[in-house]
Amino acid sequence: MIQVEGLTKYYGRNLAIQGLTFDAEAGEILGFLGPNGAGKTTTMRILAGYMPPSSGSARVAGFDVVDQSLEVRRRVGYLPETVPLYPEMSVSEYLTFMGSLRRVPNLDDRVEQVIEDVRLEERSESFIGNLSKGLRQRVGVAQALLHKPEVLILDEPTIGLDPAQIIEVRKLIQELGKERTVLLSTHILSEAQQVCDRVLIINRGQIVAEDTPANLQAQLAGGERLRVQAAMETRELIDLLRKVPGVTRAEATGVEGVVELASAPGHDIRPHVARRVVEGGFDLLEIRPVGISLEEIFLELTREEASAEAEGVPGA
Amino acid sequence: MRNIWIIAGREFRLYFVSPVAYAVAGMFLLILGGLFAAQLYAGLQFGQVTPDGRIVIDPLVTILLFATPAITMRLLADEQRMGTIELLLTAPVRDWEVIVGKWLGAMGFMLALLLATWIYPLILHRLTTPGIDQGVLVSAYLGLVLMAGAMVAIGVLISSLLNNPVAAFFVTLLVLLFLWIVGVFGRGTGSGSELLSYLSFVDHYYSNFYQGLLDLSDAVYYISLTALALLLGSQVVEARRWR
Repeated sequence: MIQVEGLTKYYGRNLAIQGLTFDAEAGEILGFLGPNGAGKTTTMRILAGYMPPSSGSARVAGFDVVDQSLEVRRRVGYLPETVPLYPEMSVSEYLTFMGSLRRVPNLDDRVEQVIEDVRLEERSESFIGNLSKGLRQRVGVAQALLHKPEVLILDEPTIGLDPAQIIEVRKLIQELGKERTVLLSTHILSEAQQVCDRVLIINRGQIVAEDTPANLQAQLAGGERLRVQAAMETRELIDLLRKVPGVTRAEATGVEGVVELASAPGHDIRPHVARRVVEGGFDLLEIRPVGISLEEIFLELTREEASAEAEGVPGA
Repeated sequence: MRNIWIIAGREFRLYFVSPVAYAVAGMFLLILGGLFAAQLYAGLQFGQVTPDGRIVIDPLVTILLFATPAITMRLLADEQRMGTIELLLTAPVRDWEVIVGKWLGAMGFMLALLLATWIYPLILHRLTTPGIDQGVLVSAYLGLVLMAGAMVAIGVLISSLLNNPVAAFFVTLLVLLFLWIVGVFGRGTGSGSELLSYLSFVDHYYSNFYQGLLDLSDAVYYISLTALALLLGSQVVEARRWR
């Protein structure tokens, strides 16, 4: 549905994205993950037909974003990050305006339908300028859904919403993702983990990792992690556990008597840990495997990049 | 074509919820009405009212100079400032359709204003016998519409270049003023003076339309100026995508 190859964009002399290559299948929810300024918005703007790339190519639903921009724009629903809407128009007025530009058939019914979908029935005659950030976000989503697009591009769709609304929007995205391709950017990692079929981690304009959230975790965790609690002093516990074969790292967690262990992949060290503690004459209270979160993967990846760059350019 | 009307319709309706537009319309009609009343009063005191509908045209031309930038300033500058242009340009709409639609919407409001001023010549027509020369009046208004079209197009172009409506107002005013006075420099005999007087905005108006003469070349001047400004405006919108 989306094919991107070697996508590069300069703003003046500043490089925003560099050689991005990725695909998204029909019916897939692809998450775009990265810190601010990583190039997420730039990529999405290119795919939505707002600006052309400096080099490289992108095809959406089989149409080139530069040469067949209008065709692309007909098939894409786009929610920009800042949700720029006309404050002096009412919700239904605005949706009718956008819908008529998009030649939506049975426009009045459709506008009523999307207003219902995003639960704005009571505010449909309010001026957009008088709506809260969360409600405006919903108008933006309604606008993106209006023409039943094949591809949805959502730039930080849950930013600025309250927790209940976030859950709602995520549910909505998952629902939408069943029949259409959704590309969404976020810097909330649990969101990507929860909603996306596949995640692209992007940093400084380049893709640093790409996989399903589960695979990313497995691939990057690089072994097991255990949380061990025993009725003893943390320092003692660390010393004790360091000697267990297979343990690569033992760290205090800040809670007295609780230690986190990292081990080489492929070894189940739990029996050894248990035995060592008990043989030492202490009471073992808990052993629990800890999954590395996407959050940590993300931090690790983006930090590595940053430090590699700092080393690569001495004195810069 | 349909997109142009949709965009124009939105802009046109927007003027009627915008305080700036009411301020402009209010000033426009207040100044004009005041001047008209004063002239009429003076005329009546001396026992004769000049039966010339153009007594509203003269101040109208000057008022247009200030009203146009106020009408056009926010058309694109505001969209660019607030970022709303992003959703407009990701809709399946061509860049030139946006520009022409904006121009048409502003022209709609302009025409409504000009139409409202028609009341003064009508009053004059009633007050005087045998009435005023309707032919000259129609010609003068026709020229005014063409001139306003070019002025609004220039306003649209400048609004597309800037992100700030206030800046757009002053730059548009400056450009219009320049086109206004450039004819004065063309009065000399130096080289290029012919070109300068050809460029002059008002000369094309006062020398023919205002006199009741419909000259195709003057119409061509205003229409080509309009087309040029709109073409450049479309280029600006497209160029902004490439930045």
